[in-house]
Order: sequence, then structure tokens, then C-alpha cells
Amino acid sequence: MSSPVRIFVNGEAVSVPPMATVAVAVMIAGRSSFRTSVSGELRGPLCGMGICFECRLTVDGESHVRSCQTVCRDGMKVVTA
Amino acid sequence: MTSADIVIAGAGPAGIAAAFRASASKNVVVIDDNPAAGGQVWRGMARTPWAAPNAVFRFNRRIISADAVRRSLLLEDGEIRYGKLIIATGARELFLPFPGWTLPNVFGAGGIQALVKCGLPVKGKKIVVAGTGPLLLAVAAYLKKQGAIVPIIAEQAPFRKVFPFALRKTIRALALRASLIGVRYATGCWVEAAEGDHQVRRLRLRDGVKTWSQECDYLAVGYGLCPNTELASLLGCGAVDDFQQTSVADVYCAGEVMGIGGVDLSITEGQIAGYAASDQTEAARALFPQRRRAQQFAAALNKAFKLRPELQALPHGNTIVCRCEDVTFARLQATASWREAKLQTRLGMGPCQGRVCGPATQFLFGWQPESVRPPIFPARIASFLEEGTTK
Repeated sequence: MSSPVRIFVNGEAVSVPPMATVAVAVMIAGRSSFRTSVSGELRGPLCGMGICFECRLTVDGESHVRSCQTVCRDGMKVVTA
Repeated sequence: MTSADIVIAGAGPAGIAAAFRASASKNVVVIDDNPAAGGQVWRGMARTPWAAPNAVFRFNRRIISADAVRRSLLLEDGEIRYGKLIIATGARELFLPFPGWTLPNVFGAGGIQALVKCGLPVKGKKIVVAGTGPLLLAVAAYLKKQGAIVPIIAEQAPFRKVFPFALRKTIRALALRASLIGVRYATGCWVEAAEGDHQVRRLRLRDGVKTWSQECDYLAVGYGLCPNTELASLLGCGAVDDFQQTSVADVYCAGEVMGIGGVDLSITEGQIAGYAASDQTEAARALFPQRRRAQQFAAALNKAFKLRPELQALPHGNTIVCRCEDVTFARLQATASWREAKLQTRLGMGPCQGRVCGPATQFLFGWQPESVRPPIFPARIASFLEEGTTK
């Protein structure tokens, strides 16, 4: 088993298992809302498989990344709504 | 630009089975949007039950457009040309709107399973599993095994229709049922509303006679599956023949994209398509009886878990139906068709491109989404500026 991966969610360090997705890391960091909808509602992941786009957030400066389809890499910086 | 004898869209059971059979004699490239092979069923497995060691797999690749005349697929990082194409794009969950369904911590049933397979810990979490179909039992058993508390499975189908199915499923069903000791399996029961401030805290459940409150940390709710037909539609594919070949020459379809039939049918169809596309006609033909049996089983299942009409009455006027553009049920009620709603309200015009609200409004209003146009997934302009593939 390889060692855990450490990423930053809104500046806070979080350790996750290898191959964990960013969506999972954000939830492990204790957050359930990922983005703000066009009318201002808080939203989090729904489909978990890259279809619904509800889990999108900013990864290393790139916006609208689907966190459920993105595997964590050491040092990654993630920003939620 | 790259090319291959056979390109397969989708690395789930059908795509892998097709790749395994075809790569014996042809060069095969498999493209998938996910980070690893397995599709949804085999997600997170270190070794999938089927594998295709001779095929080249390209992961994290979205197919954004396709051209049947050029025989090409446009990916975000360039074009790939195919001699033959096997579409094995699988299925997604059917989500139906009800008050509170947009709250964080309301997931699909397959959705939460996918997240847990990707590392989400659920030990000690109280998770209600709801919706319809055999997936609910599998998801509940899986969540329990991971340490979650599953107080109830709310299956919308009535008992008499579910029971024969449970009897038909042999050893696997018994094992599942056994692991479910302690979980209440409520048939004829559905989620009327999800409540909470910033995330779901409790649900209103209903069995047609009474309504009650149920606390939870997470809700896992899915109303079955619907095929991912966008790529097939874009290429203009009509019905398939015995060899899984569509009305478009050299384009095949296999697995859940054909209609919901389960993993056994997907593997069989994938093998038939893989054999046929690599000129192994007799080997493909030998699998026809196996496919027929799997199709019959799938048809019986789909009949047993037919959606009840009460679910169409769940949304309130202010319930959001299109989650990308926040279009409410009341605004849609004031329009007459998918097209009119799209023009008036931006229904289906957000990043999911109607993948969630399309099937939902089909169930709620009987609307048929319009023809598919590229890009079939949100794409960057740069992807269209390469290699003169723009149209």
C-alpha cells in the first residue's frame, strides 16, 4: 500500500488515501458544499461519476474542474465556493 | 492525430470485454472519461474481472465531438481516427426532483457508492438508501460493509413485484440479503422531501398511507439508470443488428448504452461487438443465445421496478428541476415542450447539458430532449482549434 497523499482544501492540509478523488478529499476535510449555484444555493456532489457537474471547483487555479473525476496529487491546491 | 483499427468509447464491462476479444487480432484503443478502467460496476477494483492487456487505454479523456464521415472522435487533446468504433458509454443514474434534492449530502445511490469506492469514509454515518431497483440492495450492503448505519431502504416499487425478482436471484441475492440483516427493506416507500439548512438532516418518507420523519447524515437516492446515448445520437446511429452494429456502418453499440440490462448482458454484448468488429463472425454468433437469456432477465427486472405515478407529483412550484440553471418546476409547468422550456428558461443549457434534467423532465412532463449537437461535453475552445476538425 503506498503512502497517503496530502492536498490543500481552502488552504487547509488534508491527507487522503492514494487514488482518492478531490471530491472525497473535500468531504474528508469536513465540507459538504463545493460550489454556489446560479441562484446562490450551496451544492455538493450528486452523481459521483462525472455527469452532473455539481462537484466542480477550482484545482490549482483551473476553474470548473469536476472533483469526482480528478485524482488527488501531492501538493494540489483546491478551492471550494 | 492518432488512429487505431478499433476505437472503443468506454472502459466499463462492455468496453473491456469488447477490447479483450478484438485486441487478439487488431490494434485497439479504449477511451474513458474516468481515471481508471472498470466503469461504475468495477470502479475502484485493483483487478477488474475482465481485462484487455493488449489494448491501449487512455483515461481522463472526454469525447467532445465525433464525425462519422471522417471516422474520427475529437478529444480535448486532439483527434483520433478509427477503422471501427464500438460505443460502450454505459449509463448514468436517473434522478427525480423532490423538495430538498439539491441539498448537499443528497447523492445518487450509485453516486455515493462511487465516492466510497474512491476513498470516502462512511463509518458511523447514517445513510438512507432510496429510489428503485436492484442497485439499492447492493449499495446498502456495500455501505454497511464499510461501517455505515443504514436505517432503511425505501424501494418505491410495491412488494408483490419485487418479490419474484428476489426469488429469482440465486446465491448472490441470498448473500446480499444476509448481509442486510438489520436493515429495513420498505417496499412501496419513497422520499417525499429532504430537509436541512446547509445540508440534509432529515427526510420525509411516505408509503402511500402515512408520512414520517427519518434523520440521516446522507441520502443515497437513485431511480434506476438511463443510457448515455449522446455519442451514438451525434453519429446518427439507429438500431443495432445481431452483431451489435448500428445503422451507421462500422459503428457498434454494446452494454448499457443499448438499454439497461446489467453487467452480464453488457459483457456478452461487448464480446459480440468485439468479435464482430475484428471479423470473428462465428465466435460472435456463438454468444447470441447467451445474450437472449440476459435480455429476457433484464426485461423482467425493468418491468418489476416501473416508476409509480406519485413520484411525478413530488416537486413543489419552487423545487429546482434543472440544477445547472436553477430552473424551478413552476417555470417549467408554464411551458409546453423541452424546446420551449429551453428557450424560455435555459433548461438543459448548463454544463451537464441536460444529462440530469433531460430524463427528469421526460418522466415529469413526457418531454423528449432535442437532437444532440457538439460539443457533447463542455470543452475548451482550444480543443476545436487543433487539426482543422472544426465544422
